[in-house]
Amino acid sequence: MEFQSISQLKLLLDDNKISVKEIAQTYIKKIKEKKDLNIFIYFNEDKIYDQVKLIEKISNDNSLKGIPIAVKDLFCTKNMPTTAGSKILENFNPTYESFVTQKLINQGSMFVGKTNLDEFAMGSATNTSYFGDTINPLSNEGSPLAPGGSSGGSAAAVAADLCLGATGTDTGGSIRQPASFCGVVGIKPTYGICSRWGIAAFASSLDQAGIFSKNVTDASILLKEMAGHDLRDSTSSNVKIPNFSENLNIDLKGKKIGIPKEYTIDGISDEINEVWEQAIKSLEQKGAIIEHISLPHTKYALPTYYIIAPAEASSNLARYDGVKYGHRAENAKSLDDMYELTRSEGFGKEVKRRILIGTYVLSAGYYDAYYLKAQKVRKLIADDFVKAFKECDLILTPTAPSAAFPLNEKQDDPIKMYLNDVFTVPASLAGIPGISIPYGKDKNGLPLGIQLLSKHFNEQEIFNAAFALEKDYE
Amino acid sequence: MKLNTNTINKIAKLARIRLSEKEADEFLKDINSILDWVEQLNEVNTDNVEPLTNISSSALTKRRDENQDINSSDEILQNSPDKLEGYFAVPKVVE
Repeated sequence: MEFQSISQLKLLLDDNKISVKEIAQTYIKKIKEKKDLNIFIYFNEDKIYDQVKLIEKISNDNSLKGIPIAVKDLFCTKNMPTTAGSKILENFNPTYESFVTQKLINQGSMFVGKTNLDEFAMGSATNTSYFGDTINPLSNEGSPLAPGGSSGGSAAAVAADLCLGATGTDTGGSIRQPASFCGVVGIKPTYGICSRWGIAAFASSLDQAGIFSKNVTDASILLKEMAGHDLRDSTSSNVKIPNFSENLNIDLKGKKIGIPKEYTIDGISDEINEVWEQAIKSLEQKGAIIEHISLPHTKYALPTYYIIAPAEASSNLARYDGVKYGHRAENAKSLDDMYELTRSEGFGKEVKRRILIGTYVLSAGYYDAYYLKAQKVRKLIADDFVKAFKECDLILTPTAPSAAFPLNEKQDDPIKMYLNDVFTVPASLAGIPGISIPYGKDKNGLPLGIQLLSKHFNEQEIFNAAFALEKDYE
Repeated sequence: MKLNTNTINKIAKLARIRLSEKEADEFLKDINSILDWVEQLNEVNTDNVEPLTNISSSALTKRRDENQDINSSDEILQNSPDKLEGYFAVPKVVE
Protein backbone atom coordinates (compact mmCIF):
# COMPACT_ATOMS: atom_id res chain seq x y z
CA MET A 1 0.00 0.00 0.00
CA GLU A 2 1.36 3.41 -0.94
CA PHE A 3 0.03 6.75 0.28
CA GLN A 4 0.72 9.68 -2.03
CA SER A 5 0.35 12.61 0.32
CA ILE A 6 -0.24 13.77 3.85
CA SER A 7 -3.74 15.01 2.99
CA GLN A 8 -4.67 11.64 1.44
CA LEU A 9 -3.56 9.69 4.52
CA LYS A 10 -5.12 12.21 6.90
CA LEU A 11 -8.47 11.91 5.08
CA LEU A 12 -8.39 8.10 5.35
CA LEU A 13 -7.68 8.45 9.07
CA ASP A 14 -10.43 11.04 9.57
CA ASP A 15 -12.95 8.79 7.76
CA ASN A 16 -11.92 5.82 9.91
CA LYS A 17 -10.76 3.90 6.85
CA ILE A 18 -7.38 3.32 8.46
CA SER A 19 -6.19 3.38 12.09
CA VAL A 20 -2.98 4.83 13.50
CA LYS A 21 -1.91 1.26 14.32
CA GLU A 22 -2.49 0.15 10.74
CA ILE A 23 -0.40 3.07 9.49
CA ALA A 24 2.39 1.96 11.82
CA GLN A 25 2.12 -1.64 10.63
CA THR A 26 2.20 -0.57 6.98
CA TYR A 27 5.37 1.47 7.35
CA ILE A 28 7.15 -1.02 9.65
CA LYS A 29 6.66 -3.64 6.95
CA LYS A 30 8.04 -1.33 4.24
CA ILE A 31 11.07 -0.38 6.34
CA LYS A 32 11.89 -4.03 7.02
CA GLU A 33 11.68 -4.84 3.31
CA LYS A 34 14.20 -2.09 2.50
CA LYS A 35 16.61 -2.92 5.31
CA ASP A 36 19.47 -3.53 2.84
CA LEU A 37 19.53 0.14 1.81
CA ASN A 38 20.85 1.05 5.29
CA ILE A 39 18.61 4.11 5.46
CA PHE A 40 18.08 4.05 9.23
CA ILE A 41 20.65 4.18 12.00
CA TYR A 42 17.90 3.53 14.53
CA PHE A 43 14.70 1.59 13.90
CA ASN A 44 12.74 -0.08 16.70
CA GLU A 45 9.21 -1.39 16.25
CA ASP A 46 8.40 -1.18 19.96
CA LYS A 47 9.22 2.54 20.00
CA ILE A 48 6.79 3.05 17.12
CA TYR A 49 3.98 1.14 18.87
CA ASP A 50 4.64 3.16 22.04
CA GLN A 51 3.90 6.29 20.01
CA VAL A 52 0.78 4.69 18.48
CA LYS A 53 -0.78 4.39 21.94
CA LEU A 54 -0.25 8.11 22.58
CA ILE A 55 -1.28 9.27 19.11
CA GLU A 56 -4.53 7.25 19.16
CA LYS A 57 -5.71 9.33 22.11
CA ILE A 58 -5.20 12.77 20.57
CA SER A 59 -7.74 14.74 18.56
CA ASN A 60 -7.94 14.43 14.78
CA ASP A 61 -7.62 18.21 14.67
CA ASN A 62 -3.86 17.77 14.98
CA SER A 63 -2.64 18.39 11.45
CA LEU A 64 -0.05 15.60 11.43
CA LYS A 65 -1.92 12.96 13.42
CA GLY A 66 -0.51 9.54 12.52
CA ILE A 67 1.70 10.89 9.72
CA PRO A 68 4.90 8.78 9.49
CA ILE A 69 8.01 10.98 9.69
CA ALA A 70 11.68 9.95 9.59
CA VAL A 71 14.16 12.05 11.57
CA LYS A 72 17.73 12.81 10.52
CA ASP A 73 19.93 11.44 13.29
CA LEU A 74 21.30 14.92 13.97
CA PHE A 75 18.12 15.96 15.83
CA CYS A 76 18.12 15.05 19.53
CA THR A 77 15.15 12.84 20.37
CA LYS A 78 14.17 11.82 23.85
CA ASN A 79 12.76 8.40 23.04
CA MET A 80 15.39 7.35 20.51
CA PRO A 81 19.21 7.56 20.67
CA THR A 82 21.04 10.22 18.64
CA THR A 83 24.42 9.58 17.03
CA ALA A 84 25.08 12.34 14.44
CA GLY A 85 26.50 9.43 12.38
CA SER A 86 29.56 9.39 14.63
CA LYS A 87 31.26 6.81 16.81
CA ILE A 88 31.81 9.56 19.36
CA LEU A 89 28.02 9.65 20.02
CA GLU A 90 27.41 5.93 19.49
CA ASN A 91 25.71 5.47 22.86
CA PHE A 92 24.20 8.93 23.36
CA ASN A 93 20.64 9.10 24.68
CA PRO A 94 19.47 12.72 24.75
CA THR A 95 17.54 13.75 27.84
CA TYR A 96 15.68 16.38 25.83
CA GLU A 97 13.82 16.77 22.53
CA SER A 98 14.91 19.18 19.78
CA PHE A 99 12.61 22.13 19.12
CA VAL A 100 11.74 20.96 15.59
CA THR A 101 10.97 17.35 16.51
CA GLN A 102 8.94 18.48 19.53
CA LYS A 103 6.80 20.67 17.25
CA LEU A 104 6.20 17.69 14.95
CA ILE A 105 5.32 15.48 17.95
CA ASN A 106 2.90 18.15 19.20
CA GLN A 107 0.92 17.82 15.95
CA GLY A 108 0.67 14.03 16.32
CA SER A 109 3.31 12.82 13.89
CA MET A 110 4.76 9.32 14.28
CA PHE A 111 8.56 8.99 14.16
CA VAL A 112 9.49 5.81 12.30
CA GLY A 113 13.23 6.01 13.01
CA LYS A 114 16.46 7.99 12.84
CA THR A 115 18.07 8.28 9.42
CA ASN A 116 21.68 7.89 8.36
CA LEU A 117 23.81 10.93 7.50
CA ASP A 118 27.37 11.95 6.87
CA GLU A 119 29.22 12.17 10.19
CA PHE A 120 28.15 15.45 11.83
CA ALA A 121 26.54 16.34 8.47
CA MET A 122 29.96 16.70 6.81
CA GLY A 123 29.74 15.19 3.36
CA SER A 124 27.80 15.03 0.10
CA ALA A 125 27.16 11.31 -0.32
CA THR A 126 26.20 9.85 3.08
CA ASN A 127 29.44 7.89 2.90
CA THR A 128 31.28 9.35 5.91
CA SER A 129 28.85 7.85 8.47
CA TYR A 130 30.29 5.55 11.14
CA PHE A 131 27.21 3.39 10.52
CA GLY A 132 27.97 2.59 6.87
CA ASP A 133 26.84 3.97 3.51
CA THR A 134 23.21 4.48 2.57
CA ILE A 135 22.17 3.20 -0.85
CA ASN A 136 20.02 5.39 -3.09
CA PRO A 137 16.67 3.53 -3.53
CA LEU A 138 16.74 4.38 -7.26
CA SER A 139 19.87 2.22 -7.81
CA ASN A 140 19.78 -0.74 -10.14
CA GLU A 141 20.60 -4.16 -8.73
CA GLY A 142 24.37 -4.56 -8.34
CA SER A 143 25.34 -0.94 -9.05
CA PRO A 144 24.57 1.08 -5.92
CA LEU A 145 24.26 4.86 -6.24
CA ALA A 146 24.89 7.48 -3.56
CA PRO A 147 21.78 9.19 -2.15
CA GLY A 148 23.67 12.48 -1.85
CA GLY A 149 24.34 14.04 1.50
CA SER A 150 24.55 14.88 4.19
CA SER A 151 20.83 14.17 4.76
CA GLY A 152 21.01 11.15 2.41
CA GLY A 153 19.13 8.79 4.74
CA SER A 154 16.18 11.18 5.00
CA ALA A 155 16.00 11.77 1.23
CA ALA A 156 16.23 8.01 0.63
CA ALA A 157 13.52 7.30 3.23
CA VAL A 158 11.04 9.51 1.33
CA ALA A 159 12.13 8.15 -2.07
CA ALA A 160 11.71 4.54 -0.87
CA ASP A 161 8.24 5.40 0.54
CA LEU A 162 9.26 4.60 4.12
CA CYS A 163 7.63 7.79 5.45
CA LEU A 164 5.68 10.80 4.14
CA GLY A 165 8.18 13.36 5.37
CA ALA A 166 11.70 13.41 6.76
CA THR A 167 13.58 16.11 8.60
CA GLY A 168 16.94 17.25 7.31
CA THR A 169 19.51 19.92 7.95
CA ASP A 170 21.22 21.99 5.30
CA THR A 171 24.52 23.79 5.94
CA GLY A 172 25.76 24.07 2.35
CA GLY A 173 23.30 21.95 0.38
CA SER A 174 22.65 18.95 2.62
CA ILE A 175 18.89 18.96 1.96
CA ARG A 176 18.71 20.22 -1.62
CA GLN A 177 21.45 18.03 -3.16
CA PRO A 178 20.17 14.68 -1.73
CA ALA A 179 16.60 15.70 -2.67
CA SER A 180 17.85 16.11 -6.24
CA PHE A 181 19.73 12.76 -6.18
CA CYS A 182 16.73 10.85 -4.81
CA GLY A 183 14.00 12.56 -6.85
CA VAL A 184 12.09 14.09 -3.95
CA VAL A 185 11.21 17.60 -2.77
CA GLY A 186 13.57 19.21 -0.23
CA ILE A 187 13.40 22.70 1.23
CA LYS A 188 16.02 24.61 3.19
CA PRO A 189 14.05 27.53 4.57
CA THR A 190 15.38 30.94 5.64
CA TYR A 191 18.14 30.86 8.26
CA GLY A 192 16.52 31.34 11.65
CA ILE A 193 12.97 30.25 10.78
CA CYS A 194 13.39 26.88 12.57
CA SER A 195 15.19 26.80 15.90
CA ARG A 196 18.56 25.04 15.99
CA TRP A 197 17.95 24.01 19.60
CA GLY A 198 18.65 20.29 20.01
CA ILE A 199 20.31 19.83 16.63
CA ALA A 200 23.94 18.67 16.91
CA ALA A 201 25.87 21.72 15.71
CA PHE A 202 28.10 21.72 12.64
CA ALA A 203 28.46 25.36 11.48
CA SER A 204 26.07 27.49 13.51
CA SER A 205 25.88 30.51 11.18
CA LEU A 206 24.81 28.21 8.32
CA ASP A 207 22.96 25.23 9.90
CA GLN A 208 19.26 25.24 9.06
CA ALA A 209 16.59 22.58 9.56
CA GLY A 210 14.26 21.73 6.70
CA ILE A 211 12.16 18.93 5.29
CA PHE A 212 11.92 16.27 2.56
CA SER A 213 8.60 15.16 1.13
CA LYS A 214 6.98 13.55 -1.89
CA ASN A 215 5.44 16.77 -3.15
CA VAL A 216 5.46 20.52 -2.67
CA THR A 217 2.14 20.67 -0.78
CA ASP A 218 3.41 18.24 1.87
CA ALA A 219 6.62 20.24 2.26
CA SER A 220 4.54 23.38 2.81
CA ILE A 221 2.38 21.63 5.42
CA LEU A 222 5.39 20.26 7.30
CA LEU A 223 7.45 23.45 7.23
CA LYS A 224 4.61 25.42 8.81
CA GLU A 225 4.58 22.98 11.74
CA MET A 226 8.39 22.91 12.20
CA ALA A 227 9.01 26.64 12.10
CA GLY A 228 8.59 29.09 14.93
CA HIS A 229 10.34 31.30 17.41
CA ASP A 230 12.37 29.76 20.25
CA LEU A 231 14.07 31.65 23.07
CA ARG A 232 16.64 28.88 23.43
CA ASP A 233 18.19 29.71 20.03
CA SER A 234 19.40 33.31 20.04
CA THR A 235 19.40 33.40 16.21
CA SER A 236 15.80 32.17 15.97
CA SER A 237 13.58 34.68 14.14
CA ASN A 238 10.39 35.99 15.65
CA VAL A 239 8.25 36.15 12.52
CA LYS A 240 4.70 35.06 11.79
CA ILE A 241 4.67 31.74 9.95
CA PRO A 242 2.15 31.81 7.08
CA ASN A 243 -0.20 28.93 6.37
CA PHE A 244 1.84 28.01 3.31
CA SER A 245 -0.35 25.16 2.06
CA GLU A 246 -3.62 27.13 2.26
CA ASN A 247 -1.99 30.05 0.46
CA LEU A 248 -0.54 27.96 -2.41
CA ASN A 249 -1.16 29.91 -5.60
CA ILE A 250 -0.30 28.56 -9.00
CA ASP A 251 -0.64 31.93 -10.77
CA LEU A 252 2.82 33.21 -11.73
CA LYS A 253 1.67 36.00 -14.03
CA GLY A 254 4.09 38.91 -13.86
CA LYS A 255 6.44 37.18 -11.43
CA LYS A 256 10.05 37.94 -12.28
CA ILE A 257 12.37 34.94 -12.40
CA GLY A 258 16.11 35.65 -12.31
CA ILE A 259 18.52 33.44 -14.25
CA PRO A 260 22.04 34.05 -12.98
CA LYS A 261 24.66 33.85 -15.74
CA GLU A 262 27.33 32.67 -13.29
CA TYR A 263 25.45 29.36 -12.81
CA THR A 264 26.38 28.26 -16.33
CA ILE A 265 29.57 26.45 -15.45
CA ASP A 266 32.14 24.69 -17.62
CA GLY A 267 32.14 20.95 -17.30
CA ILE A 268 28.47 20.65 -16.30
CA SER A 269 26.65 18.12 -18.45
CA ASP A 270 24.29 19.32 -21.18
CA GLU A 271 21.47 17.37 -19.57
CA ILE A 272 21.59 19.60 -16.50
CA ASN A 273 21.49 22.74 -18.63
CA GLU A 274 18.68 21.33 -20.83
CA VAL A 275 16.47 20.64 -17.82
CA TRP A 276 17.19 24.16 -16.56
CA GLU A 277 16.18 25.53 -19.99
CA GLN A 278 12.93 23.52 -19.93
CA ALA A 279 12.03 24.89 -16.51
CA ILE A 280 12.73 28.45 -17.71
CA LYS A 281 10.43 27.90 -20.73
CA SER A 282 7.73 26.41 -18.56
CA LEU A 283 7.76 29.37 -16.15
CA GLU A 284 7.60 31.74 -19.12
CA GLN A 285 4.58 29.86 -20.49
CA LYS A 286 2.93 30.21 -17.10
CA GLY A 287 3.19 33.98 -17.39
CA ALA A 288 6.41 34.66 -15.50
CA ILE A 289 8.94 37.16 -16.84
CA ILE A 290 12.51 35.93 -17.27
CA GLU A 291 15.25 38.31 -16.16
CA HIS A 292 18.91 37.60 -16.89
CA ILE A 293 20.80 38.58 -13.77
CA SER A 294 24.32 38.50 -12.39
CA LEU A 295 25.59 37.27 -9.01
CA PRO A 296 29.22 38.29 -9.60
CA HIS A 297 30.82 36.69 -6.53
CA THR A 298 29.34 33.22 -7.11
CA LYS A 299 32.69 31.58 -7.92
CA TYR A 300 34.04 32.55 -4.49
CA ALA A 301 31.19 30.93 -2.56
CA LEU A 302 32.76 27.46 -2.27
CA PRO A 303 36.19 28.59 -1.01
CA THR A 304 34.43 31.00 1.39
CA TYR A 305 32.25 28.18 2.67
CA TYR A 306 35.23 25.84 3.12
CA ILE A 307 36.85 28.35 5.46
CA ILE A 308 33.79 29.41 7.45
CA ALA A 309 32.16 25.99 7.89
CA PRO A 310 35.30 24.16 9.15
CA ALA A 311 36.18 27.13 11.40
CA GLU A 312 32.79 26.99 13.09
CA ALA A 313 32.91 23.18 13.17
CA SER A 314 36.28 23.11 14.92
CA SER A 315 34.81 25.32 17.62
CA ASN A 316 31.48 23.48 17.89
CA LEU A 317 33.06 20.03 18.01
CA ALA A 318 35.43 20.99 20.83
CA ARG A 319 32.64 19.86 23.18
CA TYR A 320 33.30 16.19 22.35
CA ASP A 321 36.01 15.62 24.94
CA GLY A 322 34.97 12.31 26.52
CA VAL A 323 33.91 13.99 29.77
CA LYS A 324 30.23 14.89 29.60
CA TYR A 325 28.81 12.42 27.09
CA GLY A 326 29.80 10.14 24.26
CA HIS A 327 32.78 7.93 23.68
CA ARG A 328 35.75 8.00 26.06
CA ALA A 329 39.06 6.28 25.25
CA GLU A 330 40.17 3.63 27.71
CA ASN A 331 43.58 3.41 29.37
CA ALA A 332 44.43 7.10 29.08
CA LYS A 333 47.34 8.05 31.34
CA SER A 334 46.43 11.69 31.79
CA LEU A 335 43.60 14.12 31.11
CA ASP A 336 45.27 15.43 27.93
CA ASP A 337 45.94 11.88 26.83
CA MET A 338 42.24 11.10 27.36
CA TYR A 339 41.12 14.08 25.24
CA GLU A 340 43.47 13.26 22.37
CA LEU A 341 42.76 9.54 22.28
CA THR A 342 38.99 10.03 22.66
CA ARG A 343 38.80 12.43 19.74
CA SER A 344 41.24 10.42 17.64
CA GLU A 345 39.16 7.25 18.11
CA GLY A 346 35.74 8.91 18.02
CA PHE A 347 35.93 11.08 14.90
CA GLY A 348 36.20 9.85 11.31
CA LYS A 349 38.54 11.15 8.62
CA GLU A 350 36.37 13.88 7.07
CA VAL A 351 35.49 15.32 10.49
CA LYS A 352 39.15 15.33 11.55
CA ARG A 353 40.16 17.01 8.29
CA ARG A 354 37.63 19.80 8.81
CA ILE A 355 38.51 20.28 12.48
CA LEU A 356 42.18 20.61 11.51
CA ILE A 357 41.46 23.14 8.73
CA GLY A 358 39.16 25.07 11.04
CA THR A 359 41.74 25.11 13.83
CA TYR A 360 44.38 26.38 11.38
CA VAL A 361 42.28 29.20 9.89
CA LEU A 362 41.31 30.40 13.37
CA SER A 363 44.81 30.15 14.83
CA ALA A 364 46.90 33.18 15.79
CA GLY A 365 48.56 34.77 12.79
CA TYR A 366 46.16 33.23 10.23
CA TYR A 367 42.76 34.44 11.46
CA ASP A 368 42.75 37.66 9.39
CA ALA A 369 44.11 36.09 6.23
CA TYR A 370 41.57 33.27 6.16
CA TYR A 371 38.59 33.59 8.49
CA LEU A 372 38.14 37.36 8.43
CA LYS A 373 38.75 37.45 4.68
CA ALA A 374 36.09 34.76 4.17
CA GLN A 375 33.58 36.67 6.29
CA LYS A 376 34.13 39.75 4.14
CA VAL A 377 33.67 37.82 0.89
CA ARG A 378 30.55 36.29 2.46
CA LYS A 379 29.18 39.81 2.84
CA LEU A 380 29.75 40.46 -0.88
CA ILE A 381 28.00 37.18 -1.78
CA ALA A 382 25.00 38.07 0.43
CA ASP A 383 24.90 41.58 -1.10
CA ASP A 384 24.80 40.05 -4.60
CA PHE A 385 21.50 38.41 -3.67
CA VAL A 386 20.10 41.58 -2.08
CA LYS A 387 20.78 43.44 -5.34
CA ALA A 388 19.40 40.59 -7.46
CA PHE A 389 16.12 40.50 -5.56
CA LYS A 390 15.54 44.13 -6.48
CA GLU A 391 15.27 42.92 -10.07
CA CYS A 392 13.46 39.62 -9.57
CA ASP A 393 11.16 37.71 -7.18
CA LEU A 394 12.77 34.30 -7.53
CA ILE A 395 15.99 32.80 -8.87
CA LEU A 396 15.97 29.54 -10.81
CA THR A 397 19.09 27.33 -11.08
CA PRO A 398 19.99 23.64 -11.28
CA THR A 399 20.32 22.00 -7.82
CA ALA A 400 23.40 19.83 -8.36
CA PRO A 401 26.06 19.53 -11.06
CA SER A 402 25.17 15.86 -11.74
CA ALA A 403 22.61 13.13 -11.14
CA ALA A 404 23.34 10.58 -8.38
CA PHE A 405 26.84 9.14 -8.81
CA PRO A 406 27.98 5.57 -8.03
CA LEU A 407 28.46 4.91 -4.33
CA ASN A 408 31.88 3.39 -4.85
CA GLU A 409 33.17 6.26 -7.00
CA LYS A 410 36.59 7.09 -5.66
CA GLN A 411 36.41 10.14 -3.42
CA ASP A 412 40.09 10.72 -2.73
CA ASP A 413 40.02 14.36 -3.85
CA PRO A 414 38.17 16.46 -1.25
CA ILE A 415 37.90 19.52 -3.52
CA LYS A 416 36.19 17.47 -6.24
CA MET A 417 33.68 16.27 -3.64
CA TYR A 418 33.10 19.83 -2.43
CA LEU A 419 32.05 20.85 -5.97
CA ASN A 420 28.77 18.97 -5.45
CA ASP A 421 27.59 22.00 -3.52
CA VAL A 422 28.48 24.59 -6.15
CA PHE A 423 24.84 25.62 -6.81
CA THR A 424 23.60 25.33 -3.22
CA VAL A 425 26.33 26.96 -1.12
CA PRO A 426 25.77 30.61 -2.19
CA ALA A 427 22.20 30.63 -0.82
CA SER A 428 23.43 29.05 2.44
CA LEU A 429 26.02 31.81 2.87
CA ALA A 430 23.30 34.42 2.29
CA GLY A 431 20.83 32.67 4.62
CA ILE A 432 18.07 32.74 1.99
CA PRO A 433 15.51 29.97 1.42
CA GLY A 434 15.84 27.39 -1.37
CA ILE A 435 13.89 24.39 -2.57
CA SER A 436 14.86 21.51 -4.86
CA ILE A 437 12.14 19.74 -6.79
CA PRO A 438 12.57 16.83 -9.19
CA TYR A 439 12.40 18.10 -12.76
CA GLY A 440 13.24 15.77 -15.62
CA LYS A 441 15.64 12.85 -15.90
CA ASP A 442 19.07 12.15 -17.33
CA LYS A 443 19.78 9.58 -20.08
CA ASN A 444 19.97 6.79 -17.50
CA GLY A 445 16.55 7.65 -16.15
CA LEU A 446 17.88 9.23 -12.96
CA PRO A 447 16.09 12.27 -11.57
CA LEU A 448 17.53 15.77 -11.88
CA GLY A 449 16.62 18.63 -9.60
CA ILE A 450 15.84 22.28 -10.14
CA GLN A 451 16.41 24.89 -7.43
CA LEU A 452 14.28 27.95 -6.64
CA LEU A 453 15.66 30.68 -4.36
CA SER A 454 14.10 33.81 -2.94
CA LYS A 455 14.74 36.50 -0.38
CA HIS A 456 14.54 35.95 3.38
CA PHE A 457 11.16 34.69 4.64
CA ASN A 458 9.70 34.46 1.13
CA GLU A 459 9.06 30.70 1.32
CA GLN A 460 5.49 31.26 0.11
CA GLU A 461 6.59 32.42 -3.34
CA ILE A 462 9.09 29.55 -3.55
CA PHE A 463 6.32 27.06 -2.76
CA ASN A 464 4.00 28.73 -5.30
CA ALA A 465 6.48 28.52 -8.18
CA ALA A 466 7.57 24.99 -7.19
CA PHE A 467 3.91 23.96 -7.02
CA ALA A 468 3.37 25.30 -10.55
CA LEU A 469 6.50 23.58 -11.93
CA GLU A 470 5.64 20.30 -10.21
CA LYS A 471 2.48 20.09 -12.36
CA ASP A 472 4.65 19.72 -15.51
CA TYR A 473 5.43 16.14 -14.42
CA GLU A 474 2.07 15.05 -13.02
CA MET B 1 53.26 24.36 0.67
CA LYS B 2 51.52 26.20 3.49
CA LEU B 3 51.92 23.54 6.16
CA ASN B 4 54.72 21.15 6.98
CA THR B 5 54.87 18.14 9.29
CA ASN B 6 55.63 20.33 12.29
CA THR B 7 52.71 22.69 11.73
CA ILE B 8 50.19 19.92 11.09
CA ASN B 9 51.24 18.27 14.35
CA LYS B 10 50.98 21.60 16.15
CA ILE B 11 47.44 22.13 14.82
CA ALA B 12 46.49 18.56 15.76
CA LYS B 13 47.75 19.26 19.27
CA LEU B 14 45.65 22.45 19.45
CA ALA B 15 42.61 20.49 18.25
CA ARG B 16 43.36 17.63 20.72
CA ILE B 17 43.37 15.03 17.96
CA ARG B 18 46.21 12.52 18.00
CA LEU B 19 47.45 11.66 14.51
CA SER B 20 49.55 8.71 13.41
CA GLU B 21 52.47 9.53 11.10
CA LYS B 22 50.51 8.16 8.15
CA GLU B 23 47.44 10.26 9.01
CA ALA B 24 49.57 13.38 9.44
CA ASP B 25 51.07 12.84 5.96
CA GLU B 26 47.64 12.34 4.36
CA PHE B 27 46.06 15.35 6.06
CA LEU B 28 49.10 17.47 5.21
CA LYS B 29 48.61 16.76 1.51
CA ASP B 30 44.81 17.31 1.59
CA ILE B 31 44.90 20.44 3.68
CA ASN B 32 47.66 22.05 1.64
CA SER B 33 45.69 21.52 -1.54
CA ILE B 34 42.53 22.94 0.10
CA LEU B 35 44.47 25.97 1.36
CA ASP B 36 45.93 26.54 -2.12
CA TRP B 37 42.39 26.38 -3.53
CA VAL B 38 40.93 28.92 -1.07
CA GLU B 39 43.81 31.25 -1.94
CA GLN B 40 41.65 32.54 -4.83
CA LEU B 41 39.75 34.69 -2.31
CA ASN B 42 42.75 37.04 -2.44
CA GLU B 43 41.56 38.09 -5.92
CA VAL B 44 38.57 39.76 -4.29
CA ASN B 45 38.91 43.35 -3.18
CA THR B 46 37.45 43.51 0.33
CA ASP B 47 38.69 46.96 1.32
CA ASN B 48 36.01 48.70 3.41
CA VAL B 49 33.82 45.56 3.46
CA GLU B 50 32.38 44.69 6.86
CA PRO B 51 32.71 40.99 7.76
CA LEU B 52 29.36 39.20 7.81
CA THR B 53 29.03 37.59 11.23
CA ASN B 54 25.28 37.29 11.65
CA ILE B 55 23.05 36.29 8.78
CA SER B 56 19.74 36.61 10.63
CA SER B 57 17.68 39.14 8.77
CA SER B 58 15.17 39.93 11.47
CA ALA B 59 15.98 41.80 14.65
CA LEU B 60 16.97 39.24 17.22
CA THR B 61 14.92 39.33 20.37
CA LYS B 62 16.32 39.51 23.85
CA ARG B 63 15.02 37.38 26.65
CA ARG B 64 14.41 38.65 30.16
CA ASP B 65 17.36 38.07 32.44
CA GLU B 66 15.48 36.01 34.96
CA ASN B 67 16.65 33.37 37.35
CA GLN B 68 15.32 29.90 36.52
CA ASP B 69 15.49 27.34 39.26
CA ILE B 70 15.92 23.99 37.53
CA ASN B 71 17.78 21.11 39.12
CA SER B 72 18.76 18.89 36.20
CA SER B 73 22.04 17.52 37.50
CA ASP B 74 20.88 13.90 37.17
CA GLU B 75 19.90 14.50 33.54
CA ILE B 76 23.16 16.30 32.80
CA LEU B 77 25.20 13.45 34.27
CA GLN B 78 23.12 10.73 32.67
CA ASN B 79 25.30 10.32 29.57
CA SER B 80 28.64 10.78 31.26
CA PRO B 81 31.13 7.94 30.69
CA ASP B 82 32.31 8.27 34.30
CA LYS B 83 30.76 10.06 37.25
CA LEU B 84 31.30 10.21 41.00
CA GLU B 85 29.16 11.74 43.75
CA GLY B 86 27.29 14.06 41.39
CA TYR B 87 30.41 15.11 39.47
CA PHE B 88 31.96 14.22 36.10
CA ALA B 89 35.01 12.06 36.77
CA VAL B 90 38.23 12.30 34.70
CA PRO B 91 41.74 10.80 34.98
CA LYS B 92 43.77 12.17 37.86
CA VAL B 93 45.13 15.67 37.14
CA VAL B 94 47.12 16.45 40.31
CA GLU B 95 49.43 13.87 41.87
